[in-house]
Amino acid sequence: MLEYLFKRLATIVPTLVFVSMLIFGLQQLLPGDPAMILAGEDQDPALIAHLRAKLHLDEPLPLRYAYWIGGVLQGDLGESVRTQQPVLDLIVQKLPVTIELALLAMAVALLIGIPTGIIAAVGRDTPWDYGATVFALSGLSMPNFWLGILMILLFSVQLGWLPASGYVSPAEDLRANLAAMVMPAIVLGTGIAAVLMRHTRSAMLQVLSADYVRTARAKGLSERVVVLRHALRNALTPVITLGALELGTLLSGAVLTEQVFTIPGFGKLIIDAVFNRDYAVVQGVVLVTATAYIVLNLLADLAYFAVNPRLRH
Amino acid sequence: MAAVLPSPLTAPPRPRAGPWRLALRRLLRRKAAMVGLAVVLFFVALALLAPWIAPHDPVATSWGAVRKAPSAAYWFGTDELGRDVLSRVVWGTQASLLAGVVSVGISLLLGVPIGLAAGFLGGWVDGLISRVTDAFLACPFLILAIALAAFLGPSLSNAMIAIGVSATPIFVRLTRGQVLSVKVEDYVEAARAVGNPPWRIALRHVLPNVTAPLIVQSTLAIAAAVIAEASLSFLGLGQQPPAPSWGSMLNTAKNYMDNAPWMAIWPGLSIFLLVLAFNLLGDGLRDALDPRQR
Amino acid sequence: MKTNFRTLLPAIALAFAGAAQAQTLRIGLAEDPDALDPTTARTFVGRIVFAALCDKLVDVDEKLNIVPQLATSWEWSADNKALTMKLRNDVLFHDGEKFDAAAVKFNIERHKTFQGSNRSGELRPVTSVDVVDPLTVRFNLAAPFSPLMAALADRAGMMVSPKAAQAAGAGFAAKPVCAGPYRFVERVAQDRIVFERFPQYWDKGAVNFERITYTPVPDATVRLANLKSGQFDFIERVASSDIAGLKNDSRFKVTRITEIGYQGITINIGKSDKAQANPLGKDARVREAFELSLDREGIVQVVMDGEATIGNQWVAPNNAFYAKGLPPPQRDIAKAKALLQQAGVPNPSFTLMTPTTSDAQKIAQVVQAMAKEAGFDVKIQATEFATSLNLADKGDFEAYVLAWSGRADPDGNIYSFVGCKQPLNYAGICQPEIDEQLNAARTASNVAARQTAYEQVASRVLKDRPIVYLYHRNWLYAYNAKLSGIRSIPDGLLRVQGLKLN
Repeated sequence: MLEYLFKRLATIVPTLVFVSMLIFGLQQLLPGDPAMILAGEDQDPALIAHLRAKLHLDEPLPLRYAYWIGGVLQGDLGESVRTQQPVLDLIVQKLPVTIELALLAMAVALLIGIPTGIIAAVGRDTPWDYGATVFALSGLSMPNFWLGILMILLFSVQLGWLPASGYVSPAEDLRANLAAMVMPAIVLGTGIAAVLMRHTRSAMLQVLSADYVRTARAKGLSERVVVLRHALRNALTPVITLGALELGTLLSGAVLTEQVFTIPGFGKLIIDAVFNRDYAVVQGVVLVTATAYIVLNLLADLAYFAVNPRLRH
Repeated sequence: MAAVLPSPLTAPPRPRAGPWRLALRRLLRRKAAMVGLAVVLFFVALALLAPWIAPHDPVATSWGAVRKAPSAAYWFGTDELGRDVLSRVVWGTQASLLAGVVSVGISLLLGVPIGLAAGFLGGWVDGLISRVTDAFLACPFLILAIALAAFLGPSLSNAMIAIGVSATPIFVRLTRGQVLSVKVEDYVEAARAVGNPPWRIALRHVLPNVTAPLIVQSTLAIAAAVIAEASLSFLGLGQQPPAPSWGSMLNTAKNYMDNAPWMAIWPGLSIFLLVLAFNLLGDGLRDALDPRQR
Repeated sequence: MKTNFRTLLPAIALAFAGAAQAQTLRIGLAEDPDALDPTTARTFVGRIVFAALCDKLVDVDEKLNIVPQLATSWEWSADNKALTMKLRNDVLFHDGEKFDAAAVKFNIERHKTFQGSNRSGELRPVTSVDVVDPLTVRFNLAAPFSPLMAALADRAGMMVSPKAAQAAGAGFAAKPVCAGPYRFVERVAQDRIVFERFPQYWDKGAVNFERITYTPVPDATVRLANLKSGQFDFIERVASSDIAGLKNDSRFKVTRITEIGYQGITINIGKSDKAQANPLGKDARVREAFELSLDREGIVQVVMDGEATIGNQWVAPNNAFYAKGLPPPQRDIAKAKALLQQAGVPNPSFTLMTPTTSDAQKIAQVVQAMAKEAGFDVKIQATEFATSLNLADKGDFEAYVLAWSGRADPDGNIYSFVGCKQPLNYAGICQPEIDEQLNAARTASNVAARQTAYEQVASRVLKDRPIVYLYHRNWLYAYNAKLSGIRSIPDGLLRVQGLKLN
């Protein structure tokens, strides 16, 4: 296992280098002059010149990449030109928000995905199967911004149960925080629930036909005991490791959900930065999230390895 | 028991139903997938017959009929410029289906050859391709798509390219994984022993085995691509008005959710049904083509 | 029912709380402001926030007259090259430092010399600032410059504490220290900006809230939903299509103010070669035909649900500097077609570069449909805003849907746009006669002389049509009906002095 770990660690560095080049390159691809858009309405030529110098815009591409990467390696992710805040500060400010949203969404996904997956597997090819499948897939089939706006109109405007948008830190007011996060978490979570359902179902199906389960059945144990005690435990392992991998999907989906619900997390930060050509912000945030994703991937693979001895060849 | 394709070293197959026929039978039995297929075909028909089915010209504006609720004249109501929502939804089917299919087509066209190369050639080529693919997969998909779409310029075709390119890494990884597992099979070893050049082995022996999971993934990817197009349109980067597409209709409609909800309901519902249909179909295909499911 | 109880609740709470002192005013903004430093600030929405944080030397009122704020009176010298201002003597900055002439001098110099300053252009005519005595300051100008007062009523006139600015250096925006009715508490980017009452504010009676929070909610539907569900007390830039619904809701009030800016279509008539390559850019008759094919009232009705005033100049018809002798033309398809025949291009075609904002897209589609009746084939090219700015600057466009947020002085709405080689002159118009009149309007000190100069500019600009002005939007505010003291100032910035929640 240690050998596997070292091999995987060795691949992380080149991957991260490629990520940095990819996101840097993509930003440079964006058309338009960032100095112009950042100079605001008045387009003062002196200001534009100052911004061009500050952002090294007139220097060759590899040099600009070097400036940025050099800074990153020293812990300086640059500054948001729009608000003059250091990118690292912005990330630290927003990381807890995004993590909380991701965790809550994952909780929603697990709450929906696993039971529906079990139902679908146990009631295979019966209406229960179809019903559970359609239910779980519905979350994946709806544009989450559409669902978000519908939920706001229903739960905030019509019923007045939940706040329409915004965010309150849990340290300040836990109840308000959860009230604000419920809808976004549901919108995000239903999308991933389908994936979890699928995997739970197929894992359960595999396990339900396995020998040890047949033995349990032969022993006369009730179906429920068979399912819950024997099959489920083994089926859950791949599902949970999959959960870690869905972080990538979560971050993508969070972009629009945060926009609609005005949750000040990474997603909203990146979107605004792309349209404002605030390069440093996009590059810094993507680098951080990519690193997190890669590390989580590694941990998930290690966990899978540890649990499943057959894979260690 | 794995679906076994005829190996050049064994006796010619007996006349029994081939694995594809078996899979088809399994698929037909799965009702949810059949419903999905029916819905997909319905939308395809809608797209093809749009010129004859749509009651009004989808881009014809009418200043007097701005944001009118559904009525006998306008079954789905009108939008902010007095255009018939029903006609726009019907015509918009073309854009949404194209967005789904072309994007995935691009992903396949780029991803499969790269994946084959990576899996087959191994060594530093594989290493390089895998690291680059990992890098792509580590970045949030929507961010890649937005950056590419912004670079290319807001339009439906550019959105399709952006989505297609952003989804390519998934197909690279899938193809590569399949190639790796198939590479060690007997018939491939045999083909190599006989002296076939790698490209022929790739095309004639490896590729057919990769097809099954690719079909499944493609169907599911079409579903995701339709949503991705809607998302890009929501941000102003997809199909531009006045041409109709469900995603751009939703983008405009979100400003009127309160006083003209029909503008959002019909395109939203259409996206939902089409995507759900593709997802059901893809799920069914996965069950039907997965040799382990008996 | 739940909603009635909701509106009753704050009233009950108020009754127990006694005076309206322990309240927070919650404002919903349409965007997240940029840096909170008056010297580097570049956005319209930032100015809304500054209205509560940073007092200025002077302010504008509902009729765009200059009124005192930190300065009590002012006087131009005989040659109009020196402006002497007398200052209030009871003003303290948020850090307790006294506001005086030395502080004014510091601020103006900071605006002119700070790295990344966005104010240096506005203050270019000011060569130096003299401290006459602690409460009197004199601005020395290289040449007379009438728009100076309006500039001092905006960010260029905002005063920050010299001590705090020097200590913070480039990081001032993180914790701004000004002299307004509220002082900075905290800011979480894209989440909220929180201010608290400044107890030593010079106009104590006008400050009725303990705290103000500004929350950016870019989606207009969600912003309105927040107002309706009671999370905001005031929202700005309500979507015009939502106004009808609000009119019938007694819980909320709506205020509409004609903006000082405009919405228009800029035409490339000389910025690049593209101008000559296209009939619209080449021939003034084609542009006239284009304007005649448009029904401005219809555009306002469809695009803005009537919440705008039609216009054909860079200031609204109710503005003192509007050339009354040149009213907006009526739609005339017959004349338009005749002009096109004359010009020899019965079916001209051009590309209309349209930013991907919802208003711009609506305008483009309506214009496309209307102009078609005269024979125009308008192709809509949707372009992301950041990209469109760049293309416009390079002259890589034929026509461009572009709005301007407006400045209190008419000079701010026209000089940069039609002055030769000015930064916002995307049309590429360059006529020495226009420049002469624009400069005359800048140096003239009395209103009548300036009006004459601008009339001259208008007659030329309306003939050559580098910009086809369409309409002036209404600033639309929606707020809790119990909120009183909302002033209708045309710059669209909410003044917090005097606001009260009853």
